[in-house]
Amino acid sequence: MGALLAPFHYDFMQRAFIAAVFVGLLCSVMGTFVILRKLSFIGDGIAHASFAGIVIAYLRGLNYNVGAAIVAVITALGIGFVHRRGKISLDTTIGVLFTGAFALGIFLMSRQQNYAVDLQSFLFGDILAVGPNDLKMIAVLSAIVALAVVVLFRSLIYTTFDPVVAQASGIRSGVTEYVLLALLALTIIVALQSVGIILVAALLVTPAAAAYQLTSRFMPMMRLSAIFGVVSTVGGLYLSYYLGSSSGATIVLLATVLFFIAMGVKQTRALLARRSGAR
Amino acid sequence: MTQPSAEAVRATDLVVQYDGFAALSGATFTVHYGEALGIVGPNGSGKSTLLKAVAGLLVPAGGELCVLGTSPRKLPPGAIAYVPQVEAIDWTFPATVWDVVAMGRFSRLKFWQFSSAHDRDAVARAIDAVGMTPLAQRHISQLSGGQQQRVFVARAIAQEPSLLLLDEPTTGVDAKTDEALRCIVRDLVANGMPVLMTTHDLDRVGEWFDRLMVLDRTVLAYGTPDEVVQAGTYAGIREHTHTHGHLRYDK
Repeated sequence: MGALLAPFHYDFMQRAFIAAVFVGLLCSVMGTFVILRKLSFIGDGIAHASFAGIVIAYLRGLNYNVGAAIVAVITALGIGFVHRRGKISLDTTIGVLFTGAFALGIFLMSRQQNYAVDLQSFLFGDILAVGPNDLKMIAVLSAIVALAVVVLFRSLIYTTFDPVVAQASGIRSGVTEYVLLALLALTIIVALQSVGIILVAALLVTPAAAAYQLTSRFMPMMRLSAIFGVVSTVGGLYLSYYLGSSSGATIVLLATVLFFIAMGVKQTRALLARRSGAR
Repeated sequence: MTQPSAEAVRATDLVVQYDGFAALSGATFTVHYGEALGIVGPNGSGKSTLLKAVAGLLVPAGGELCVLGTSPRKLPPGAIAYVPQVEAIDWTFPATVWDVVAMGRFSRLKFWQFSSAHDRDAVARAIDAVGMTPLAQRHISQLSGGQQQRVFVARAIAQEPSLLLLDEPTTGVDAKTDEALRCIVRDLVANGMPVLMTTHDLDRVGEWFDRLMVLDRTVLAYGTPDEVVQAGTYAGIREHTHTHGHLRYDK
């Protein structure tokens, strides 16, 4: 028991665990919509795009998170706009905009004489470096996203399943899509510090994908996804403490393992069902 | 018109563009409460475009369109139920028959409202009306084409709309589903519902509809099914379908 609680002796570990719970919950709930809307690519896209915001904030001496959040939301809304107005497929739109914004970040950074070492932590994340102010920001952004999801819950489900019929019934599909993209951008900012730009997409996709293997109804999928998400972030943080490994990488690896277990369970179930059906 | 106040849909010289060209122009017609309007015409004649305009999914480029006393986009949520021709949806979506039909209630609920006994009752009755009660807990990927169509019609009924739009609901469904859908539509119409429906089935228009409209980029004929059949335009369309094979009306 003492060993189990050992990490909690440190303030920074306590903050890290609280952040882990927020990030795990938020990403996995939003991930349900990401999976069902086939937006897996978007987490990657927005996270990379936010790099430009981080660099601009760094150069101007502003808060990194605010810079990242502004650029992420602008990119997310831009993706929605180009996709809808230009009638360009979503994956092409994301591909164009996110590489463009990421390149802008690298371009700006490369013109600096002295490379900033701490920008590295945004690429790979460091949940142990979450400070009291970061935690406040995580809590506030989480609350905003959670509130918006509750308000728009039925619209989000209906427009995910059948946007045209939803629109005809009086639900505003377009507005819902833009809001969802903005919420995804905020979610990614919340997760960025924990797992970094490279791995953030995994938290949006993997827990929900694992849950999708095991359920055939929406609400159970969302609940299961939330459980997988928190188990991944909190469990991964624990493991990284004892293994001395990178927290972000351990979190994502644990989520990946959970996904394969879920897949195995699904396959086994299908096999058993076929056998009992054959008899 | 004997009852001008009971008009559910009124289009005057309606022009609707689709992908930059006028898919429909000069369309003038009226649908009253308790009346089913059948819309027939070859592929690309603007049938679906017309329904989308009435549903508020496309904005008319010209003319006037009055739906339930206002413009389609100003209607309160839940007023129009629309069953599109091709349901381009993901059949692996985690939802049962019940879940999909229950979506019909979504536009009527505020975010703080849980679904009430009335909502659940409306869903159950809609599922029952299309004869899907035994399959209510089945996942949507495990349905036949006819069953899928019944589910979407049930979702529209569960919405308790003031206007029902059906885009070729009978295309590709079995004879049993076809007849079940006809009974449902006639039932709704008998209770005062206005219905606009496109169809490829030109044989039984008299049993389905109170009024018939022949469309080919504009209104070629409009009246009771008998009038339209006698006018000959309808025969022309039939002839057209025979020679061009655009319409499948023979099974």
